[in-house]
Amino acid sequence: MHVTRDFSHYIRSAGEGIQHIDLAVEGVHCAGCMAKIERGLSAIPDVTLARVNLTDRRVALEWKAGTLDPGRFIDRLQELGYKAYPFETESAEEAEVAESRFLLRCLGVAAFATMNVMMLSIPVWSGNVSDMLPEQRDFFHWLSALIALPAAAYAGQPFFRSAWRALSAKTTNMDVPISIGVILALGMSVVETIHHAEHAYFDAAIMLLTFLLVGRFLDQNMRRRTRAVAGNLAALKAETAAKFVGPDEISQVPVAAIHAGDIVLLRPGERCAVDGTVIEGRSEIDQSLITGETLYVTAEQGTPVYAGSMNISGTLRVRVSAASEATLLAEITRLLDNALQARSRYMRLADRASRLYAPVVHATALLTILGWVIAGASWHDAIVTGVAVLIITCPCALGLAIPTVQTVASGAMFKSGVLLNSGDAIERLAEADHVIFDKTGTLTLPDLEVMNAADIPADIFELAGRLALSSHHPVAAAVAQAADAKSPIVGAVEEPGQGVRATVDGVELRLGRPSFCGAEALVGEATLDPEASIVAFSKGSARFILSVRQGLRPDAQAVVAALKARNIGLEILSGDREPAVKAAAHALAIPEWRAGVTPADKIARIEELKQRGAKVLMVGDGMNDAPSLAAAHVSMSPISAAHLSQATADLVFLGRPLAPVVAAIDASRKALHLMRQNLWLAIGYNVLAVPVAISGIVTPLIAAAAMSGSSILVMLNSLRARSASREIV
Amino acid sequence: MEILVILVPLALMLGGAGLVAFLWSLRSGQYDDLDGAAWRAIADDEPPQEAPVER
Repeated sequence: MHVTRDFSHYIRSAGEGIQHIDLAVEGVHCAGCMAKIERGLSAIPDVTLARVNLTDRRVALEWKAGTLDPGRFIDRLQELGYKAYPFETESAEEAEVAESRFLLRCLGVAAFATMNVMMLSIPVWSGNVSDMLPEQRDFFHWLSALIALPAAAYAGQPFFRSAWRALSAKTTNMDVPISIGVILALGMSVVETIHHAEHAYFDAAIMLLTFLLVGRFLDQNMRRRTRAVAGNLAALKAETAAKFVGPDEISQVPVAAIHAGDIVLLRPGERCAVDGTVIEGRSEIDQSLITGETLYVTAEQGTPVYAGSMNISGTLRVRVSAASEATLLAEITRLLDNALQARSRYMRLADRASRLYAPVVHATALLTILGWVIAGASWHDAIVTGVAVLIITCPCALGLAIPTVQTVASGAMFKSGVLLNSGDAIERLAEADHVIFDKTGTLTLPDLEVMNAADIPADIFELAGRLALSSHHPVAAAVAQAADAKSPIVGAVEEPGQGVRATVDGVELRLGRPSFCGAEALVGEATLDPEASIVAFSKGSARFILSVRQGLRPDAQAVVAALKARNIGLEILSGDREPAVKAAAHALAIPEWRAGVTPADKIARIEELKQRGAKVLMVGDGMNDAPSLAAAHVSMSPISAAHLSQATADLVFLGRPLAPVVAAIDASRKALHLMRQNLWLAIGYNVLAVPVAISGIVTPLIAAAAMSGSSILVMLNSLRARSASREIV
Repeated sequence: MEILVILVPLALMLGGAGLVAFLWSLRSGQYDDLDGAAWRAIADDEPPQEAPVER
């Protein structure tokens, strides 16, 4: 059968005769990798561009159209030691990138204007206490206006737009007081300049925008990075399928290019990337990623298969169905939609702060004006003082308080192997006080392990491993890996559904079902473990039994102990059978567990805990966990999780250990503490500055010093979130 | 104080040149990969192309 790889879905044209493809690359993390990849790829003739993006872990490639097959880049990267996958930019990500650039442009304009207005303001401030002529002061003020007004009109757009949207919807947000403050400060300064006054606040208004844009940009940048990571995750899953393009010809195509009605080939050891129905072939499939059930299911003509199931023994032909036809998936999708809708709109810390902030500040400014009028001041002086109150209370530090911590903390979490899917996940994770674990793939590793490798003579085990290399069966792959086998045995024959056999030095070797190896007699004593698959190995007349199963994550016990030490409640909800769940719960000393739980039951349990006031962290990987991941207060998935679950989870953790769960909780608690501290710093600053403003003795110099001082203080405090600890205990 | 007539526009022009340079660098994608850029600065230069040396 002829197999080709089809990349046309990913290739873009980049101008005259040049083609472009983006690849997501696994394992790029340093300058050395970057140089190695760029040199390695540039060495291919006709390549016009090979550039690594280290932030997003991607490579952009361009070449002369028609001269190269992109598969060659992937092969070259493979030789260099990197796994690469073609990558398709989602429109959502493109929008985030565009927004990020726009904010950076606004920030550049605002920073330019701030610096130049400051250059004009400092002479005025020093001139006011020395010998500046009123004409010169007016000249400087007008120049300031000339810079500040257009700059504010441009750089203020993000705030003005958002404030306008909020007002049109008859609500309010943080951007309403910001916009009012900036516009009033600029307006008042123009009026004051016309009247040859001593003080103008152009510098304060534009500086305010600069600081706020820093916060806004950091916030946006984190969101952009999250999208990029999510996009890479999707690409690294290499969602391709072997589609029949002719009666006997298949092509490896991306899932996005497969439609209902297509027929795909599913070989043993492959994970199915589509939903469909078996039309030909007979095999066993592992649906643990979908249902949590670790026993294999028999698949034959008419059996539905779901994306994420692993084909074990035979080759299958699958007719792709539209998503809605698959009943199990439809049920999960329906539950997920409900859970997402019910996900109570979490009030972010920043929103809660701003809800209190705006009325208080506006009332203070209004009372200041009225107070001064009653005390006998002129309307002009009273209004100038009122606007000064608005300027000095403008939420510079408040706007930086949360995004700066989020940025620093998410960077620290990234280093300890945790990726954030949503910005407010940090706040929600910090509040979690009850953890629900799924068992299969979450507490246990998704890969199979040989449990009794130590009981088997090393030379026998190595032989079994080498023999296993000739089979695609996942259990065989696990044996081969455990034995660290490298060289397959020549002449090994695989008997589908039975095992592999070979003859070495006149001795017959067999690896497979106990019956295939004549080892049924030995099986009885080894079946104590309900989750294990039993394989037998025979060498001549000697028989051995290997017990293969998903092992617990290496540090699962330590993590459970660490969570208990933090006074966090624990339980296991699994779709698997009772003996399997019981064994895991027992090994980890988790007293509360339930087996055979359906997705709806999981949600019901979460609701029950919510009623009791618990904040639930759901950690799960299966498709059946997706609705409960959405229903929980906050959720985490391992990187090996089903696509749907990973997209639903707030955080995704990498690697084999479970420790990132604890590390993420610790980092987020620290971050929340710092966010609160920052808010108090911002409030404390206002408590000090507002009386000065109300009393009417604020000059632009005081406003500038107070604003930048408090902003820098908040930013420095945020940097403390960097040192997230990697230790569990 | 007449010097201001020259110095102030000069200062603004320099600032404006900085702004234009920033906008250009943004447009040409120099802020797309800040992590990578940090390393590129200290990476070794490309080995020179092996051109035949004529004497």
